[in-house]
Amino acid sequence: MFASANWLTRPEAPGSAVAGWRRLTSRTPGVAGAVTALVVLSMGALAPLLAPTDPSAVDGPSLAPPSRAFPMGTDALGRDVLSGVIYGARTSLIVAGGVGVIALLTGAAVGLLSGYRGAWVDDALMRITEMFQVLPRFFLALVVIAFFGPGLDRLVLVLGLTSWPLLARVVRAEVLTLRHREFVDAARVYGASSARIVLREILPNVLPSAIALLGLVVAQAILIEASLGFLGLSDPNMISWGAMASQAQQFLRVAWWLSLFPGLAILVTVLGLNLVGNAMTNASVGRR
Amino acid sequence: MNGSHSHYLIRRAGQFIPTIAAILLIGFLLIQLAPGDPVLALAGDNGDAQYYADMRARFGLDEPLPVQLAKYAGNLVTGDLGTSYMQGRPVAEIIAERLPATVLLTASALLISALVGVAVGVYAATRHNRLGDHVVTATTLAVYAAPVFLLGQLAILVLALRTGWFPVQGMTDPRGDTTSLRAGIDVAHHLALPMLVLAAQEVAAVAQITRAGMVNELGSDHVRTARAKGVTERVVLTRHALRRVLPSVVTVLGERVGHLVAGAVVVEAVFGWPGIGRLLVTAMQSRDIPIVMGVFLIVAVTVVIANLLTDLLYVKLDPRVRLG
Repeated sequence: MFASANWLTRPEAPGSAVAGWRRLTSRTPGVAGAVTALVVLSMGALAPLLAPTDPSAVDGPSLAPPSRAFPMGTDALGRDVLSGVIYGARTSLIVAGGVGVIALLTGAAVGLLSGYRGAWVDDALMRITEMFQVLPRFFLALVVIAFFGPGLDRLVLVLGLTSWPLLARVVRAEVLTLRHREFVDAARVYGASSARIVLREILPNVLPSAIALLGLVVAQAILIEASLGFLGLSDPNMISWGAMASQAQQFLRVAWWLSLFPGLAILVTVLGLNLVGNAMTNASVGRR
Repeated sequence: MNGSHSHYLIRRAGQFIPTIAAILLIGFLLIQLAPGDPVLALAGDNGDAQYYADMRARFGLDEPLPVQLAKYAGNLVTGDLGTSYMQGRPVAEIIAERLPATVLLTASALLISALVGVAVGVYAATRHNRLGDHVVTATTLAVYAAPVFLLGQLAILVLALRTGWFPVQGMTDPRGDTTSLRAGIDVAHHLALPMLVLAAQEVAAVAQITRAGMVNELGSDHVRTARAKGVTERVVLTRHALRRVLPSVVTVLGERVGHLVAGAVVVEAVFGWPGIGRLLVTAMQSRDIPIVMGVFLIVAVTVVIANLLTDLLYVKLDPRVRLG
C-alpha cells in the first residue's frame, strides 16, 4: 500500500481558483475517513448504550430478515445482528490499537537507531527489517494460533511484531535527512547526549510521517484478524465481524444479511483508515 | 549488464540464505515456546505412544537445544516436513497433492490482475480527473478495503445463487464428463468466480499504481516532446509512458505474493476449492501442527523467492535503476 499511498497527490498551480477547489475536494476523502474512524471508535466504546440488545441473547425468531425490530436481521439462534455488529467493533479496535502501538514503538526504535547510528548498525538493522518485511504475517499468525490456541492477545502480539518494517524504513529515511540539520548540530555543539538528541530533537520531527502510515498498517491488521475470524480462528470470548461472516457462510442461500452487514462493517472501517492514512501521507509529503 | 549490476545481484542473492535461515529459526523458536511438552504441541494429544516416540526421535527432543535445532533444520533442508498425525502420511506428500489446485487459482488470479489492473490504470490515467477516473478511483479504494470473504460471498449470492451462471462450490462437477476437453471446461467454469474474487484486490492495487505512474509520466517532458514530434497517442501511451511504469507494477505484484496466497486460503474456504487453504483449515481444526508448520514454511520460502525474482526482474526492466 505504501507505493500507492500518495496516488491522490496532484500538483496544481497555487492560488488559482481550480487549485482552491482541488484543495477543498482533495481534503474530503481524508475528513470522511477520519469521521468514519471516529464513528467506529465510538461504536466500540459505547456498545452497551448503542446496541438494542445483548448480542449473545436469543432475542427473536431464527434467521429473520432485516425489519423495523431487527434492522440487520437475526442469526440462526435468533440473535440480533445489529447488536453483534456494534459489539464486534471492539475486537477490530483492540487489534488496531494494540498492533498500532507495538508497530509504532518497534518501527520508531529501529528506524531511529538505524538512521542515527548508521554504519554497521544501520546495515544489520535494515537486513533484519527486510527479513521481517517478507514474513507472511497471515501464515505466521496461523502457526501461532495452532501452537497457542486462538486469542486476541497473541494475535495482537504477532501482528504487531511483524507490522513495523514499513514504519522503520520511513523513520530511518526521515532521520537521514535530519541528522545533519542545523538544529541537530546545534544541540550536539551544546553537548547534548545522543539519547537526548534523538528523543528530543529528531523523534518529534519523524513522528508525523510514521503516524501517517500507521492508519494503513492497522487497516491491514484488521483485515488479517477478520480473515482469521472467518476461518473460525478468532478469540472465542469476543464477538468479531470475521467470525460473524464465518457463521453466515452456511446460511448464504437463505440469509444474505448475515454475511453482508459484518462484511460491510469491515469494509467501511478499513476504507476509513486507508483514506485517513492516504490523506496524512500526502500532507506529510507535501510539507517536505 | 555492468559491474554494479552484478554486484547488486550477488548481494541480493546472498540475502536469500540468511532470510530462509531466519524463517526456519522462527519455526523452531515457536516449537520451543509452545506451552507444555513440545511433543504434545507438535503431535497433538491424541497420538499413540509409537507416534510420540517417533516425534521425539525426529526432533531430538531429549537432546540439548543446539542438537535439536540442527536436527530440525536438517530435516527441513532435505525436504522432510514431518508426518501428519491425522493422516499418518508425510506432510510434503499431502501438501504436494493439494498444491496444483492452489497454484492454478493464484497463478490465474495473478495473471488476470496484471492484465486487467494495467488496463484499468491506463484507462483512468487517460481520463485524468474526469468521470471515468473518479469511478476507477472510488471502486479501487472500496475493493481494496473489502475483506476477501465479503467479495466471495457477494459473488456467490449474485453470480451463482441468484443467476445460476456459476457453480457455488468445488473445483469439478462430480456428475460431469471426464473427457479431457469437457473436464477442462468444467474446471475453468468452477475457477472463474474464485479467481476473479482473489484477483479483485490485486487488480485494485495494480490499477492504483499504474494510474499514479501514468499520470506522472503523461505530464512529463519526454512525453510532451514525443507528442510535439507527432508520435501517435497509442505509441506515446505504450512505448513512452507505460514502459516506464511497468517496473513499479512488477514490484507491487511481487511484494503482494504473500498477501495473494493468504487471500487464496480464504477464497478456498468460501468456494470449497480443494487446495492448500482447505487443507490448512482442516489441519487447524484438528491441531495437526506438522501440516500448519509445513504450509507456513512453503509459503514463506515462496514469498522470499518471489521477492528475489521481482528484484531481479526490476533491474532487467528498468535500466535507469540506481543501485546502492
